[in-house]
Amino acid sequence: MLGPILETLIGGLLTGVLYALVALGFVLIFKASGVFNFAQGAMVLFAALSVARLSEKFPLPIAIVLAIGVMIVLAYAIEFLVLRRLVNQEGIVLFMSTLGVAYFLEGFGQTLWGSDIYKIDLGISKNPIFLFESVFPGGILIDPEEVAAAVICAILVTVLAVFFQVTRVGRALRAVADDHQAAQSVGIPLNYIWLVVWATSGIVAIAAGMIWGSKLGVQFSISLVALKALPVLILGGLTSIPGAIVGGLIIGAGEKLAEILLGPLLIRWFDLAGGGIENWFAYVLALLFLLVRPQGLFGERIIERI
Amino acid sequence: MRAPAGSTVAAGEVLLSVENVSLSFGGVKAIQDVSFDIRKSEVRAIIGPNGAGKTSMLNVVNGFYQPQHGRITFKGTTRTNMRPYDAAHGGIARTFQNVALFRGMSALDNIMAGRTLKMHRNFFWQILRIGPALAEEDEHRHRVEEIIDFLEIQAIRKVPVGRLPYGLQKRVELGRALAMEPDLLLLDEPMAGMNLEEKEDMSRFIVDVNEQYGTTIALIEHDMGVVMDLSDRVVVLDHGAKIADATPDDVKRDQNVIDAYLGVAH
Repeated sequence: MLGPILETLIGGLLTGVLYALVALGFVLIFKASGVFNFAQGAMVLFAALSVARLSEKFPLPIAIVLAIGVMIVLAYAIEFLVLRRLVNQEGIVLFMSTLGVAYFLEGFGQTLWGSDIYKIDLGISKNPIFLFESVFPGGILIDPEEVAAAVICAILVTVLAVFFQVTRVGRALRAVADDHQAAQSVGIPLNYIWLVVWATSGIVAIAAGMIWGSKLGVQFSISLVALKALPVLILGGLTSIPGAIVGGLIIGAGEKLAEILLGPLLIRWFDLAGGGIENWFAYVLALLFLLVRPQGLFGERIIERI
Repeated sequence: MRAPAGSTVAAGEVLLSVENVSLSFGGVKAIQDVSFDIRKSEVRAIIGPNGAGKTSMLNVVNGFYQPQHGRITFKGTTRTNMRPYDAAHGGIARTFQNVALFRGMSALDNIMAGRTLKMHRNFFWQILRIGPALAEEDEHRHRVEEIIDFLEIQAIRKVPVGRLPYGLQKRVELGRALAMEPDLLLLDEPMAGMNLEEKEDMSRFIVDVNEQYGTTIALIEHDMGVVMDLSDRVVVLDHGAKIADATPDDVKRDQNVIDAYLGVAH
């Protein structure tokens, strides 16, 4: 029994890293503007489409560089056409604007790149690796693609953490998130900071989009992966980069373990069908967290004088 | 804190002049053809009944609002269109009517945020947090501690400002503006909602900033006692138009001003 559980745990943790990658994009934008960016999923899809279609014409590394360019242009367009007009508006107004951006991007991605299912070939073998064959019967099966994802994620997180924990930059970001007008009044260049953060978030979307695209194929359903990032954010806290990672790992491992451990119990005790736990487990966990610790594991506590 | 460097305007000369400025939102005329000036190192009060356009005037001066008509000359440079970033860069700092602090951050970090434009070190060093950047951070921290001492808020420097009582929040906000070492400090109702003791403290800080560092101050305030005590000259707005511009004593006797505040029999 230990072998399969360990295998599920490792598989779950690696999937969790993928969730974390998507959640990271949300956290970056939330940290710097206090905006929950509903368009993050659409950005992942758009990024994946860009890489997939560009890699048909260019070698993969060049396609990635070009896609980074596309995401920077996109960030500039969003900043210039949307955010700049909404400085000092309520959070809900900005949130609604990202809803608009989300649907525009989903459609525009198809207009620009087409609506078939495209492939991204990362050149990583799809054959599973077996570990510890001498310890457990059959060994432990690991997907090399997920290992690659974990490595990419680790690198991205390290770079971003260093980038944003730097005293001045970090402080400016938090300042902008807290109060646009006050941030402008002390000379923090709001527009520039938004551009940097949305571009960074776009680059994170490329990483997430490539890995998900390589697993699932680049298609519309990738934008729904973002929904899995929501419970991750609630667990980890909307403002915390480490929180996104830890939240992702907990959700990834939790839902897979729940499937194999909880499922059989439900079948035995209540005579239920027992499947599909993976689909709702994360959200139930998030709901429980909202009840006991609404700011998440690492989020900033909200302090309000009334 | 230091006296602002690089300022080319000598004490007593015009630092900021507002000429024929008009601002409207749709059909609402917030400011109508208002002109006045602010001289270097003076305390200039802007008063008027509620809705007179005082805050709109400050927002025009620091670039939050773009006036439809008129010119604004600051330190000899005339501009019709300026963004808040340029205003901050040029040496204009401000506080807000409803305290606008970075609520999640400590008092210290809030005031440090006021040093944003004073930090110049290469981004690369900042990331590594070594060498010149670390020395620079220390130097700014030192300045900020001086401001904290000056405002007598040592005890609350690590407290998230959202938890502080209103009077102290106002003081931290003043600290953040002072950290910018501004040439022109705009204060929007710095005493609003304060008790007598807090008002006296705040008045003392304003006088000290003005006298010790020669900082020019433009002040919106409803407490007439404070206005008369602190300011060198007073401009009075009513319904967006200027109705008086004189010394405090003359303003007190001005019939237009009395009518605006007390209403006039028709």
